[in-house]
Amino acid sequence: MRYFVKRTLHAVVTLISVTTITFALFRLMPGNPAQAMRAQFESQMEAGGGTADPEVLDAMVEQHTGFDPDQPVYVQYVEYLQDIILYQDFGHSYVYNAPVFDILFAAMPWSVFISVYGLALGYTTNILLGAAMAYKEGSRFDTYTTVLATFLNSVPYYVGAILFLAFFGYELGLFPTGGRYNTSLETGLNVRFMASISYHAVLPIMSSFIVGFGGGALSMRGNSIRILGEDYLRVARLRGISSTRIATRYVARNAILPLYTQMMIGIAAVFSSSVLLEFIFTYPGVGWYTFDAVMRRDYPLLMGSFLFFTIVTLIGILIAEFTYGIVDPRIGSGDQSESY
Amino acid sequence: MSHTNESRLEADGQLTDEQLFGHLSEAETVDLSRRERLERVVDAYVLAPGRVAWNDWRTRVGMLVITAFVFFGTIGPRLVTAPGTNQAPNNLQPFHGGIAALWEEGGWIDFGFSHELSLGAISIPGFVVRYPLGADNYGTPITRNLVHATPDMLEMVVAGAIVSVGLAAIFGITAGYKSGKTDELLMYVTDVVMTMPGLPLLIVLAAIWSPRRAWLVGVILAIDAWPGLARALRSQVLTLRQESYVEASRTMGLPSRTILSRDIAPQLMPYILINFANAGRQVVFGSVALYFLGVLPFTTANWGIMMQTAYSEAHALVNLSNFYQIFWPMAAVVVLSFGLILFAQGMDRVFNPRIRARHAKKVGSDEEQLN
Repeated sequence: MRYFVKRTLHAVVTLISVTTITFALFRLMPGNPAQAMRAQFESQMEAGGGTADPEVLDAMVEQHTGFDPDQPVYVQYVEYLQDIILYQDFGHSYVYNAPVFDILFAAMPWSVFISVYGLALGYTTNILLGAAMAYKEGSRFDTYTTVLATFLNSVPYYVGAILFLAFFGYELGLFPTGGRYNTSLETGLNVRFMASISYHAVLPIMSSFIVGFGGGALSMRGNSIRILGEDYLRVARLRGISSTRIATRYVARNAILPLYTQMMIGIAAVFSSSVLLEFIFTYPGVGWYTFDAVMRRDYPLLMGSFLFFTIVTLIGILIAEFTYGIVDPRIGSGDQSESY
Repeated sequence: MSHTNESRLEADGQLTDEQLFGHLSEAETVDLSRRERLERVVDAYVLAPGRVAWNDWRTRVGMLVITAFVFFGTIGPRLVTAPGTNQAPNNLQPFHGGIAALWEEGGWIDFGFSHELSLGAISIPGFVVRYPLGADNYGTPITRNLVHATPDMLEMVVAGAIVSVGLAAIFGITAGYKSGKTDELLMYVTDVVMTMPGLPLLIVLAAIWSPRRAWLVGVILAIDAWPGLARALRSQVLTLRQESYVEASRTMGLPSRTILSRDIAPQLMPYILINFANAGRQVVFGSVALYFLGVLPFTTANWGIMMQTAYSEAHALVNLSNFYQIFWPMAAVVVLSFGLILFAQGMDRVFNPRIRARHAKKVGSDEEQLN
């Protein structure tokens, strides 16, 4: 139980640090977005014939960014944190003229949907393929698959996405080339709408599958081969334990552990890849809005989506760590090592 | 200098145990000449790894690919004319004229005695190669663009790999060795950077600094590449710090700095070197992605910018007759990273002590002694 509390606290501290960095980045942005915004509002109001009242300007900037530009930096910082933690207020997008939180909250499930499926598919394939390669070690199948896995490892996921889109999307017309679902369909929990969602998600998921695929199969192969040579397997065989039990309980479980750790790092990679994938597939998730925010210099939205990605990644890593304790009972025992 | 064991060595070409380890009393009397010592060093550090490396097809292919890219990155721009618009017909297909171009006029290879192919100072009369990979919408030859993008890419890769591997080594080794509070603090920093999603972070950083120099782009991309490696290095050090020779140095009261640099770092060098190639690959992926998105400032020729132009101007995905424009830069990225991965895998074998011992000239192999 102490372990869970410690890990959760760790995640909270990480979140606060990232928020701090986000705030610092916001202040460092070229031309200081807060001041630029203030100048923009000023010129807008003067063009409208009104006089720019400094207090009104400050209020407008505060509404968009979540902090008052005339206050000292540390007060701004505390207010920014306060808004996010207490009111889930990430600021106000000026391109969409809506709260950042609402925009991102609506877009988030879509990003998580394609990323999580891609990650799950990638790692399942890795484990199965790696185990098969280790089982047939040295065979022609092993050699060819190793070369293939190495080659796939050197293909960036966006290159995969471009190839999928060009051939399956535009050339063969098998899959839709953009969007999240067929807009002419009635939204809701009906079969045709659900089918449309999965149909539109096939290509993005296939591309994020490449992100998860990585070198996983090769490291699974290496782990399995190493474990196959261990003494305890020989003992298990001598004790007459069935080979299915040996394969699942002895080999697979121990071989998956390092891969599981690797997956925690992979979670961050999968979520960050969604910017490019959603750009290529015009799939309006958080990544697509991030890119849009960069192009239109919508800084509140950009910083908000940056924080959003971090939070989702943190939750993913936290879940992975908690389940890691179930997969590996040794966790937490080796923490106390002597320091020099 | 005449040593009694020397003749035996030449007779059977193998060292006896005594020559390998020596009697303690004799150790001071064994006096190698400088040349002999140099030979041994060269054999152990250059020839043996070289032989192992060359025996593995992966290292051979990897080295070939990397050498080719280094060649195009250093000498290439001197041989190939700088790219520019309207140097070739717009939307010129690659290998125009096809195989027929080998004997027909006006193809990508044109024969004829009036032609002359010049490569720098050397000129070859008889034929000329015209824009073999085609040209883009504005008539910029793709081959020239690709070649002139290589030097910047190499600069990015080297700068990015050095910075990310360096940061990872500093964080990982110190954290693993020091343990306790230092470890907690350093790993905390690592976790924070690892949690921040890479591409969005890079986009924000690129927006802040808008780096124009290639090496600066590499350094910024390194921020995303180091935490994973730092974690891996830390776990390696955690196993090493319990080794008896490290314990011995500690008991002798040597400062941590000496133990780290003399006892621990050499054990980690292979691992670090392999990850150098991997970090390089990550920098290639990242920089091409950022240029493709159009986040980094449009500077000189770059594979990512070529992809961006092909995507947005030539609509290479919709209009598949233009697909070649986006294909060539993508192929360059894939081939370069494939070479880096193969090289890293091959080097893994070089640093594996068992395999290396089998190829060392002056040391008897493990297997022979076992049999």
